[in-house]
Amino acid sequence: MHDSSTTAVHEHHGEAHVAHNPALLHHFAEEQQQRNAASLGMWVFLATEVMFFGGLFCAYLVYRRWYFGDFAAASKSINMAMGATNTAVLICSSLTVVLAVWAAQTARRTLLIVSLILTMLLGMVFLGIKGIEYRDKFVEHHVPGASFSFENEPIPGHPGEYANPRHAQMFFSLYFVMTGLHALHMIIGLGIFTWLLIMAWKGRFSPEWHTPVEIGGLYWHFVDIVWIYLFPLLYLIDRHA
Amino acid sequence: MYFAVFFALLLGTGLTVFAATLDLGPFNAPVALGIATVKATLVALFFMHVWHASEKLTKLVVIAAIFFLMLLLGLTMSDYATRLWS
Repeated sequence: MHDSSTTAVHEHHGEAHVAHNPALLHHFAEEQQQRNAASLGMWVFLATEVMFFGGLFCAYLVYRRWYFGDFAAASKSINMAMGATNTAVLICSSLTVVLAVWAAQTARRTLLIVSLILTMLLGMVFLGIKGIEYRDKFVEHHVPGASFSFENEPIPGHPGEYANPRHAQMFFSLYFVMTGLHALHMIIGLGIFTWLLIMAWKGRFSPEWHTPVEIGGLYWHFVDIVWIYLFPLLYLIDRHA
Repeated sequence: MYFAVFFALLLGTGLTVFAATLDLGPFNAPVALGIATVKATLVALFFMHVWHASEKLTKLVVIAAIFFLMLLLGLTMSDYATRLWS
């Protein structure tokens, strides 16, 4: 890990060595190239994450198409207000992440630390609301398994018709796995940002080198994007009926 | 400029919720997903700095990820949608 708090050339290098910013690693020709490489690496990882979540989205779309009415009934039972609030919370957290990156770029240590803390707080608010939603599902016996129960739930827009509990259980299986995987990514994100906060506190970041903040930010934005798609798909099926 | 994108994202969220309460027939899902795609694009282009990326390869990786996702979703749904034709 390069400590960019010093600007002197390393003493232990040989003479055939042009003076350079200590943040520049030796296998890169220029700092811009090094920054691009870091960003590219994170984007390739995010591409794999797109496929990771993509598989779940695909399964969801198949079952939603098959059991639309049952899925609509199940979707009605999850709290749209909490889902929408969580969406707003994550959008705010993405804003604080961009502010953190900008603060690192412009040597604003206080703003950087405040932004990182705010991002983490918003992430914890998101997880808290998610926890409340999960608890509601446990209480209502909507958790797939032995005690699952979804009797006499009307299908929206089809008076007199009731949802098939087995099909509704499919919705809840997908709901818990997709939001659970997303929440796991949030928790990992909180861990990453804790590390960023510690590094920022120690003054490790500078306008010349703040790569972890940038690529940690990329990860957080990706988790936000996943939720931006999860919200309408899970919470807003046939809400008008 | 980040704040402009931020407000656009919040607006999009409100719009999505509002549109969900309207009866748009078969267009409820496309509208919701369309707004979500606009929001995701804004986050990717401006919050994740893809718009101003100096490395062309970054933009290629982003497009490639979307392409392969569309391949997965498109071909799978086409398969299921074209079954049971008699």
